[in-house]
Amino acid sequence: MVEYLIIPVIKLIVIFSVFLLIAAYTTYMERKVLGHMQLRYGPMRVGFHGLLQPIADGIKNLFKEDLIPENADKTVFVLAPAISIAVAIILLSVIPFGPPIKILGREINLYLANPSIGILFILGFSTLGSYGNILGGWSSGNKYGYMGGLRGSAMIISYEISMAFAVISIIMITGSFSIVDMVNAQAGVWNIFKQPIAFLVFLISGIAELNRTPFDMPEAESELCCGYNVEYSSMKFALFFLAEYIHMIVFASLVATLFLGGWHGPAFVPGVVWFFLKMFAVIFLCIWVRATFPRLRYDKVMKLEWKFLLPVALLNILVTGLVMALL
Amino acid sequence: MAESKKMYLNMGPHHPATHGVLRIELELDGETIVNATPRIGYLHRGIEKLAENRNYQQIIPLTDRLDYASASANNMGYCVTVENLMGTEVPKRAQYLRVIMAELARIMGHHLWIGTHALDIGAMSVVFYAFRDREMIMDINEEIAGYRLTPTFFRIGGVAHDATPKFIQMVRDFVKWFPKGLDGYHKLLTENKIWTTRTMDIGTISAEEAVNYGFTGPSLRGSGVAYDLRKAFPYSSYDDFDFQIPVGDKGDVYDRYLVRMEEFSQSLKIIDQAIENLPEGPVNVDNPWISNPDLDEVQKDISALIRRFMIHVKGPVAPEAEVYQAVEGAKGELGFYLVGDGSEHPYRLKIRSPCFYLASALPRLMVGHMVADAIAIIGSIDVVLGEIDR
Repeated sequence: MVEYLIIPVIKLIVIFSVFLLIAAYTTYMERKVLGHMQLRYGPMRVGFHGLLQPIADGIKNLFKEDLIPENADKTVFVLAPAISIAVAIILLSVIPFGPPIKILGREINLYLANPSIGILFILGFSTLGSYGNILGGWSSGNKYGYMGGLRGSAMIISYEISMAFAVISIIMITGSFSIVDMVNAQAGVWNIFKQPIAFLVFLISGIAELNRTPFDMPEAESELCCGYNVEYSSMKFALFFLAEYIHMIVFASLVATLFLGGWHGPAFVPGVVWFFLKMFAVIFLCIWVRATFPRLRYDKVMKLEWKFLLPVALLNILVTGLVMALL
Repeated sequence: MAESKKMYLNMGPHHPATHGVLRIELELDGETIVNATPRIGYLHRGIEKLAENRNYQQIIPLTDRLDYASASANNMGYCVTVENLMGTEVPKRAQYLRVIMAELARIMGHHLWIGTHALDIGAMSVVFYAFRDREMIMDINEEIAGYRLTPTFFRIGGVAHDATPKFIQMVRDFVKWFPKGLDGYHKLLTENKIWTTRTMDIGTISAEEAVNYGFTGPSLRGSGVAYDLRKAFPYSSYDDFDFQIPVGDKGDVYDRYLVRMEEFSQSLKIIDQAIENLPEGPVNVDNPWISNPDLDEVQKDISALIRRFMIHVKGPVAPEAEVYQAVEGAKGELGFYLVGDGSEHPYRLKIRSPCFYLASALPRLMVGHMVADAIAIIGSIDVVLGEIDR
């Protein structure tokens, strides 16, 4: 009873609320970091140094008028943000964010589930999440949204492949699909040192999957005026927004777990802290990239994937296999 | 073969990347532009018609609002034209102050261009760095004229008043600081691989075609034609200064970018020479029917009081003649065709706006490229709708 119901429910509530809070404050972090990189302060008005800004934004979005365009496909239009956010939250369930801890004599694992196919689960569901963007863009009856949706679908189909290939090389050296096993295997040397090329491929295709600059094709503020979510307002827009940030957190956690040793680190701080430090470092990198780089053009993005990342990832697998066979 | 359907996309007038209220009807095949039709007129304020009912002095603030990104450069064009019509010569000190203001305005216009151009292509930080430096020029404008964006510092026959020591110091500070700021933009963009792939071989136009389309200014020089009115037909003592005309080579977006980036430093060079060699003397022409008498004189002398009253109520009178004078605005050849009819109003003022001709080439530049290139092209020819619609 305690083992199978109460502990999972408590973990569910904790993970859900903590990560939603982190997602909300990632928006704050993004605005602050971007602000300081761009000689601005970022949010300053609500609370001390704008600390309550995400909450104010949430409340504001709740009270905004919820518009559904006349020529939108209403069912799909309403469904799209739901798909987006639901999938994003499901992804959180398999992220291991710390070593097992002891509470009241029980050993508690700091993840909700550890399916033996954890990494496949994440790859599968994160692709599913893009259905939210695609359907949202297509159903809103707006040409900019439509183009955003089209670009989004093409992007996801392409970058998912190199991302999966980068993960395959990790699976090869770990010998398991379970994310927890992958973290445990990095107790000595982190995977980034064993698989630097896979790390770079994963990072680039991950940023592309997140639709962030320089690959923010489906949104492209200046070309498509925010693309797929151009017709969304109020809480529907907030859900898309939140889903995007949860995806970013999941991606950052994945980079931390697959390549940066997960919760492993010098023992003077607990593993959980190490995990979150690494996660935020990756998020910071994403923001930094956004502040620095211009946006690539749509066809160049496709070229980069099919003519560069994919061959490199394949070659990396080949070399990994050869080295493993020879040693 | 399957027949493909074209999509019509309406870009603007309130699209984030169309620099104001330009509207472009795009005909798309997938993401490739098959046809583009620019539509203008959303910012029409009737400046040319308004000018017919104002006296010559009162038209100056209207010209500020042509290319509002570089207001003083427009003042320069208008004032030089009117003085040409009236046949007066402005004192050297005023000419130098005008050059400083016009070149600062050119830098200001280019700041707005680099910021929005980079923002359109997705590099969002450059705009803030550019606006930091633009803010310094705004402060200079505020110091000398009281107004930040549209200073209206010029007058027929001179400038509003003499430069303050603080103004000179601020300009010197800016000249000293700005190379560092410019270096920052170069570091972020010039050799950035993404930036070069986005801009090279996009919107290419040959020198001959550019001339045929009526290109002037940096957009023409990007195609390799070294035509600059400051050198070709010097006005306002531009022949006193030593500066180069940067030219491009292929005429693509990247070349136009490089030309404008180099113009930053050339303008800075002119400002540096002008502020260091600022001649002494009056800042207004010594003509009782054009320039204001001294306030001291007005308080003592009744005829000076009447003159001041007449100049403010009626304004200077131009002879019955017509004149065309063009200056190098931030965007290109900014020409004023002015017909005087012996009264204090112009009979007709026609403005030759460089942006109008640049915008007319948009279909030629865009066809065959993708939607993302369209906004890069709009950014690279740097149109300001206030000038196109007038």
